[in-house]
Amino acid sequence: MNAIGKDMDMTSSNPSPVRTHSVSSHMFEGEERQKLCLDDETVSLDVRNLNLYYGSDLALKNISLKIPAQRVTAFIGPSGCGKSTLLRCFNRMNDLIDICRIEGEIILDGEDIYRRGVDVAELRRKVGMVFQKPNPFPKSIYENVAYGLRLQGVNNRRILDEAVEKALRGAALWDEVKDRLQDNAMGLSGGQQQRLVIARAIAIEPEVLLLDEPASALDPISTLKIEELINELKSQYTIVIVTHNMQQAARVSDYTAFMYMGDMIEYNDTDTIFTNPSKKQTEDYITGRYG
Amino acid sequence: MDKMSLGQHISQQFNAELEDIRTRVLNMGGLVEQQLADALTAVVDENVELAELVINGDLRINAMEVTIDEECSRILARRQPAAGDLRLIVAVIKTITDLERCGDQAERVASIAMRLTGGREQHRNHYEDLVHLGNHVRQLLHDALDAFARMDPEAAVQVARDDINVDKEYDALTRQLITYMMEDPRTITRSLDVLWAARALERIGDHARNICEYVIYLVKGKDVRHVSLDQMEEEARKR
Repeated sequence: MNAIGKDMDMTSSNPSPVRTHSVSSHMFEGEERQKLCLDDETVSLDVRNLNLYYGSDLALKNISLKIPAQRVTAFIGPSGCGKSTLLRCFNRMNDLIDICRIEGEIILDGEDIYRRGVDVAELRRKVGMVFQKPNPFPKSIYENVAYGLRLQGVNNRRILDEAVEKALRGAALWDEVKDRLQDNAMGLSGGQQQRLVIARAIAIEPEVLLLDEPASALDPISTLKIEELINELKSQYTIVIVTHNMQQAARVSDYTAFMYMGDMIEYNDTDTIFTNPSKKQTEDYITGRYG
Repeated sequence: MDKMSLGQHISQQFNAELEDIRTRVLNMGGLVEQQLADALTAVVDENVELAELVINGDLRINAMEVTIDEECSRILARRQPAAGDLRLIVAVIKTITDLERCGDQAERVASIAMRLTGGREQHRNHYEDLVHLGNHVRQLLHDALDAFARMDPEAAVQVARDDINVDKEYDALTRQLITYMMEDPRTITRSLDVLWAARALERIGDHARNICEYVIYLVKGKDVRHVSLDQMEEEARKR
């Protein structure tokens, strides 16, 4: 006999005038919030025993971690801990630095991206990046977004139009700029410029989106808009974000890695990191006790 | 600020999380109401089976308290809510503590119902008074949850005011039972059971009042615990 949903009369002789609030029947199933677990995720980027040297300095010490696909992974840690360096490894931006040397592997789509003969331009098409300061080209809004496609040799006006609109919608910027696509991108506000740069990055449909401090040069409202955008984009892209702002990592990410002095101290789902980290160093950092 | 709204954050997910937590609290409240109603039915109908169901059902209320608390601490850690959002989380954490206690009291009434079987005829008056008190308390709890659902401070004040009547009813029943026990000591065991049940119901009324105080805190930002009813009303009416 199920007491819930039974007739509410107190007795047949003394019907109660009091009604109760209804209890939805599905509430007991799946009552627990679905918890994220790294082991259940599809791996997008698999970092294995990565060492990185700047000259003779070891900047990343034997880093191993799996970045899950279609999730937001945040790297946090004090300045100089190596989080940006690690992020830049994912599309080989460190190749541009002469004294930089890398050991270990980073597997993307079953292939080590540091293997000999990898087409770095192709890698960077698959792994897009957005930097701290918005860096639109001094061209029209339209041409900024179409830039990557034109580089790939796409010149069909109709295809470009569609791709530009799709990317701008994806970056939650379309409604604000649709009437002035031919205006110079430098005339946009900082927050709009940053979303434009994100639109430019997603126009070529990468697999992975690397965001290096994407909101640190923006005002709080623009920051929230970027964060909301990140949340929308994660259904399509694997997103890795580096941020100084722990609260931002807490708000936007599904997984958080805490780094310190080139070491990966702790890597876990964001709920755990921010409510019950397992390492004291992590706890000290996120509670503002050092860093 | 007159009415509060949970929506309109730039982060849609934050909206959804706050709405979700509010729904969970109301669900928990609905379950507590149901438990209380079933406990009273068990008393009236001498229904031992139903009483057992209520006693087992309390575990679900406890589980809900734990999950809602977890969700609240998760939101505090990840969203750093401010102002009204912060007050909502604080109010929710406190509200579910009171709801869980209400659940415990309903369980208590149910376990007394299991003892109060047989020999109804000569105690008819007491059961009627007890059930009357029970229905009054149910209404109070219902209204308190309504005030929470609508975030309506003025309705909350009404509930707090009505709690005084519950207390009066409880006092009257107590006096009556004392008289009864003095007249015929053989009825003491049974009368005490009725008294315990009445006491449990009266406590639920107090918890309902606490919930109303959190509603005023939530909407008006004023802590109205330990102040007079008139002051509470004044705070609730302030624009």
